[in-house]
Amino acid sequence: MVEPVKTRPDWNSLPDAAGHFGPYGGRFVAETLMAPLEELRQAYEQYLKDPEFLAEFDRDLQYYVGRPSPLYHAERWSRELGGAQIHLKREDLNHTGAHKINNTIGQALLARRMGKKRVIAETGAGPHGVATATVAARFGMECVVYMGAEDIKRQSINVYRMRLLGAEVIPVESGSRTLKDALNEAMRDWVTNIDTTFYIIGTVAGPHPYPVMVRDFQSVIGREARAQCLAQTGRLPDALVACVGGGSNAIGLFYPFLGDSAVAIYGVEAAGDGIRTGHHAAPLCAGRPGVLHGNRTYLMMDNDGQIIETHSISAGLDYPGVGPEHAWLKDNGRANYVSITDDEALDAFHALTRIEGIIPALESSHALAYAARLAQTMDKDRNIVVSLSGRGDKDIHTVAAREGIKV
Amino acid sequence: MSRLAECFKRLRAEGKKALIPYVTAGDPAPELTVPLMHAMTAAGADVIEVGVPFSDPMADGPVIQRASERALAHHVSLRRVLEMVREFRRDDAATPVVLMGYLNPVEAMGYATFARAAAEAGVDGVLTVDIPPEEAGDLLAALTAQGLDPIFLIAPTSTPERLRAISASARGFLYYVSLKGVTGAAHLDLESVRSKLAEIRGCTDLPIGVGFGIRDATAAAAVAKMADAVVVGSALVKIIEDAGADTRNIAAVIGDRLTGMRRAIDAGA
Repeated sequence: MVEPVKTRPDWNSLPDAAGHFGPYGGRFVAETLMAPLEELRQAYEQYLKDPEFLAEFDRDLQYYVGRPSPLYHAERWSRELGGAQIHLKREDLNHTGAHKINNTIGQALLARRMGKKRVIAETGAGPHGVATATVAARFGMECVVYMGAEDIKRQSINVYRMRLLGAEVIPVESGSRTLKDALNEAMRDWVTNIDTTFYIIGTVAGPHPYPVMVRDFQSVIGREARAQCLAQTGRLPDALVACVGGGSNAIGLFYPFLGDSAVAIYGVEAAGDGIRTGHHAAPLCAGRPGVLHGNRTYLMMDNDGQIIETHSISAGLDYPGVGPEHAWLKDNGRANYVSITDDEALDAFHALTRIEGIIPALESSHALAYAARLAQTMDKDRNIVVSLSGRGDKDIHTVAAREGIKV
Repeated sequence: MSRLAECFKRLRAEGKKALIPYVTAGDPAPELTVPLMHAMTAAGADVIEVGVPFSDPMADGPVIQRASERALAHHVSLRRVLEMVREFRRDDAATPVVLMGYLNPVEAMGYATFARAAAEAGVDGVLTVDIPPEEAGDLLAALTAQGLDPIFLIAPTSTPERLRAISASARGFLYYVSLKGVTGAAHLDLESVRSKLAEIRGCTDLPIGVGFGIRDATAAAAVAKMADAVVVGSALVKIIEDAGADTRNIAAVIGDRLTGMRRAIDAGA
């Protein structure tokens, strides 16, 4: 029998059973991790269909995280820009101040059911580490967070926050001493302590099933935004904008809209000092496919296949790879990937703070900067939904230092 | 028959076990790698494992991570590693050479280009740490087309189904990771190695090497009683690291360490 030709891709059919999004994703790890990853995949697929698990997840999202997060019409800023209406999906209002907690709750609930008493995590800017330490405290689990020594310097308040929550924060001195090296070190811990330990990866990268699992936990962002936009504006948005480091807030927002072909999708990478300078963190815009951290995806690398150092003012975007589903969405054209420089992000950071009274994370400021530019090309009766993935309190020292101000 | 297969066949006939030392290519400096390989052979190495430096060696402990960093400070690329093997081959046509590294440098070069260049340089086997057989179809085809042996890892966590699948894809020998952890870890458990090796032998006739966590002659001899080959990595790389800038005696010290292991292995065989 001949299969009927599909007129458009079935967005919900991916990844395949082995975790592939087209040529991307998969499971590229040393043999020791293959069986534990398979065990994790089976547990995840089992609980994904378990009404009790899902009800507990929903309950925690409602009463512990504070969901649903509002979709806020930034009326004054939209008016000032003079174009489309900008609506902010307020993930910054979640408990712990960013979208990361959606995923750490999901994975911690899974860890409990799998009988794991110890959780580990990597963190860049700190929000994923804080979110992991938070759920570990709540569930009485031992928690170890790996963080690049460079990032520890940039984010000392988050380090202290994690320690207050009872987590052990281990500085990573290898490689470029940033997020990618923290991920390497967390993997090394996991391979050594597999029997007792659950590795809570914070983004939609890593070996299968992490990209799909984290996407599923984060897609509450898009499901809510879709319903809220319909309720508040009477129709679907014309465009979605989210920042992309590893890409978890972005895929969380995008995924429930993938089948809505009229909704344009923009993922915003960090252009750092500018794509042309080479000092950036924009693998989708300026990298090429390769294999790192357990999956095939776009990477920042040199001609010999060595991963190169990235640069962004925002520690959370300072990562040389990106989730494999984004790689696939780029290749098939469903989503557009663009970039915003440090300076442009800072302008947006100030604009939102002064005009709407909301201090955004520097990561989210990249999405805001692009949304502002996009809005000005669109009519006033159009709507853009932007993921305000986190709050900017953690970044005020970075911003002050950049501007020569002593806090 | 491949150089690896011949080597193991000869050893088996002689009732001997293989000693496989590891060196990260370019550590501590590119010009020292080939002389070090020759020193290893002179000290009784049967196969040499040459590490291809990578920026993100996820399966390696701190000692080999730092070796990678030292080599990368000299910009030692995969192409450069192949040049070193070619140079080694000028004076040694017999000792099998296995490349050990990560997938991305190989992907960046392209599977077919890499396999051709590796075979021409005189490489015999390729162990790519982060590609399981499930993902390795195209790479396997490229390697075997050039007569290169794909080497795979087996871990304490490998299930019986995986043992069979890996054995079916592997050639040359199988590399059993003796512990849950990274290279150079400290908790080698001989009893668990013994029972897992019995299980592996039930799935394959390939020779089995054991590595990760073998530090001295005593451990090498104990493992050699159960396995066909003993792989020693971090313990040798540590000698390079400890020598620091004074590189004059590295080859001699590593040679002495290997000679001791060789004697202990042969005495126990």
